[in-house]
Amino acid sequence: RLKQKKKMNHVTLKMNYSAEQEFPDLSKHNNHMAKVLTPDMYAGLRDKQTPSGFTLDDVIQTGVDNPGHPFIMTVGCVAGDEETYDVFKDLLDPVIEDRHGGYKPTDKHKTDLNSDNLQGGDDLDPNYVLSSRVRTGRSIRGFCLPPHCSRGERRGIENLSIEALSSLDGDLKGKYYALRNMTDEEQQQLIDDHFLFDKPVSPLLLASGMARDWPDARGIWHNDNKTFLVWVNEEDHLRVISMQKGGNMREVFTRFCEGLTKIEGLFKEKGHEFMWNEHLGYVLTCPSNLGTGLRAGVHVKLPNLSKHESFGEVLKRLRLQKRGTGGVDTAAVGGVFDISNADRLGFSEVELVQMVVDGVQLLVDMEKRLEGGQSISDLMPEQK
Amino acid sequence: MAGAFSRILSARRSVGILSLVGAGSLTAGYLLARERRVGAAANVRRLYPASAEYPDLRKHNNCMASHLTPAVYARLCDKATPNGFTLDQAIQTGVDNPGHPFIKTVGMVAGDEESYEVFADLFDPVIKERHNGYDSRSMTHPTDLDASKIRSGVFDERYVLSSRVRTGRSIRGLSLPPACTRAERREVERVVVDALGGLRGELTGRYYSLTQMTEQEQQQLIDDHFLFDKPVSPLLTCAGMARDWPDARGIWHNNQKTFLIWINEEDHTRVISMEKGGNMKRVFERFCKGLKEVEKLIVEKGWEFMWNEHLGYVLTCPSNLGTGLRAGVHIKLPLMSKDPRFPKILDNLRLQKRGTGGVDTAAVGSTFDISNLDRLGQSEVQLVQTVIDGVNYLIECEKRLEKGQDIRVPPPISQFK
Repeated sequence: RLKQKKKMNHVTLKMNYSAEQEFPDLSKHNNHMAKVLTPDMYAGLRDKQTPSGFTLDDVIQTGVDNPGHPFIMTVGCVAGDEETYDVFKDLLDPVIEDRHGGYKPTDKHKTDLNSDNLQGGDDLDPNYVLSSRVRTGRSIRGFCLPPHCSRGERRGIENLSIEALSSLDGDLKGKYYALRNMTDEEQQQLIDDHFLFDKPVSPLLLASGMARDWPDARGIWHNDNKTFLVWVNEEDHLRVISMQKGGNMREVFTRFCEGLTKIEGLFKEKGHEFMWNEHLGYVLTCPSNLGTGLRAGVHVKLPNLSKHESFGEVLKRLRLQKRGTGGVDTAAVGGVFDISNADRLGFSEVELVQMVVDGVQLLVDMEKRLEGGQSISDLMPEQK
Repeated sequence: MAGAFSRILSARRSVGILSLVGAGSLTAGYLLARERRVGAAANVRRLYPASAEYPDLRKHNNCMASHLTPAVYARLCDKATPNGFTLDQAIQTGVDNPGHPFIKTVGMVAGDEESYEVFADLFDPVIKERHNGYDSRSMTHPTDLDASKIRSGVFDERYVLSSRVRTGRSIRGLSLPPACTRAERREVERVVVDALGGLRGELTGRYYSLTQMTEQEQQQLIDDHFLFDKPVSPLLTCAGMARDWPDARGIWHNNQKTFLIWINEEDHTRVISMEKGGNMKRVFERFCKGLKEVEKLIVEKGWEFMWNEHLGYVLTCPSNLGTGLRAGVHIKLPLMSKDPRFPKILDNLRLQKRGTGGVDTAAVGSTFDISNLDRLGQSEVQLVQTVIDGVNYLIECEKRLEKGQDIRVPPPISQFK
């Protein structure tokens, strides 16, 4: 019987495992990571890590654990810090190219948060356009991202964010609600306002470690007018949302730009900047949100158009996507759709919002035509 | 090897080198967001003092939270096992799952055999609390798989519907489910399946890999109640045990379906002997025989189980240390279950009741799963004898109640013999 503590014959074996022995079984997988990751690529990257210790296996864990759906293509990889996109570029560049419509490693991304450059957008018909919203994310340079950050880092991000947000005034003056300390009344109010975010349940997020230590250092800030909202330490360091009822996307975008610019300035005063570079734009946790990280959208009534055979094609040409009003995984109810830009990277913020404004205007015109029993074939747009 | 070496060094928050640099930082208060650049090749990660990393455990009720003081955290947070497993990884499941006011979970796991040593300052008090005062520094755990010592052990089948004994075994030198790499997990599978292929006689059987199972095989295993699912309990998923599912997971069972092994579920292996009816003695005999055979076969190939004289068999969860053994029966006790003395009788007999669906279920009708409470500090033979004696006593009580006679609460049996 083996009673003594023997020398570890096989401890060294772990160090000697080959890339082939470690390579994940992706035979049933359908996500961007699985399409791109070859055994050779794995062998070339598996000994690398970012300065904070994020490894290839960390990057791909969510894609290994979530094979995907035959019809929906998920990304299947995440960044643990800013350097991930550089250290693992052999994997992430082709993933980015695939996900962002052919965006090349040499391409440059333009940032434009000057809302004066937007044309129109203040008069979408409120009989059809029920609400307007713009969201993006921001990461604070020097801190690890949600899949990898420690509790200390996450709390650091929260404290910096609270400081910066508390300096906002005027229309943007507001209050922070830490998830941990919320009273029942505050919680109910935030739920009624549709502001409260829950602990992630999606296995896509859980498998990447983003829900660790919940609800420590997570919270919601919003202005008194409830038109500008910031989520702290959910899927990204910050998610910034501007919204209001009705069709005045221009006002929503103007507030969005002003708020973001002010917040960025406040962080800079404290010696911090956002993660950004001229190739990838704003750097966020999921490669799908690179560039602008921007989703500008409306809730719009399109009961007739949505039944039209050309609906899908129209959206595609306008570079728009549809969702149910419950968000990315829901179906539309009662002919009301969430219509937003399909792109994130390779177009500026102004360009994307312009596409939404112009595109939604056209969709509403088409809806009115169909209501009147008229044809829409002369309104069919060109591919943008 | 350079890559693997630097991987050990840079595992999250584990670097002793950097903790030396941070020694003076504890005075600086809560939010010490200093960027530390310790040379070009080392981490440039933003590092905080232990006080800023200490988890918020105010709403928590698990064994880890009861014993992880800020001082213990500070002492252990920069340590790592040779495989790079850190304190934060060990406690993550307990931080993420505060627990329930009425059930006290353990709240921490081991990533490898060395975890129990490197993080002894936390594991020892947790083990002591969970295992009724067992002191792993000074006490030794007896291992005894000699089934011939069992007395009685064939129950009245008007009451006992089935008998079962389970335990777990870990392969020394390979990391445990919370921390293992895909290659290590596959190695566990290879080593164990190879050994099981050498079993003969009533133990001859077959392996069903979760990744390659046919639909018919899957259905048969479900019908036999052998198939295990991907864990959904957050206690397990937060500890990282479900990574890469279903890679290198599988089920082996003998042709008679009385000896079953789960590979790479919550532990490297879970070993189960069972049959319908009340012949617990035979179930335990097969259990011991099977375990010894498997151990012999892996030793022939140069492997061994994780075991030491203080902790017995080393498994992922501290609650399963020692024997890792749960011996139990499904038993009908319609009258006993209504007697208000039932819980006290069970307690004194060192038994616990569960529903027949397992640890998180309630009893249906008046059929219970009755098994031993203890795992560590007593041998397999002692624990199984305790179950046999206890179940016999419960059956006697049930019979007495049937005849309208009274029953007695037995005196409590001592725990560490």
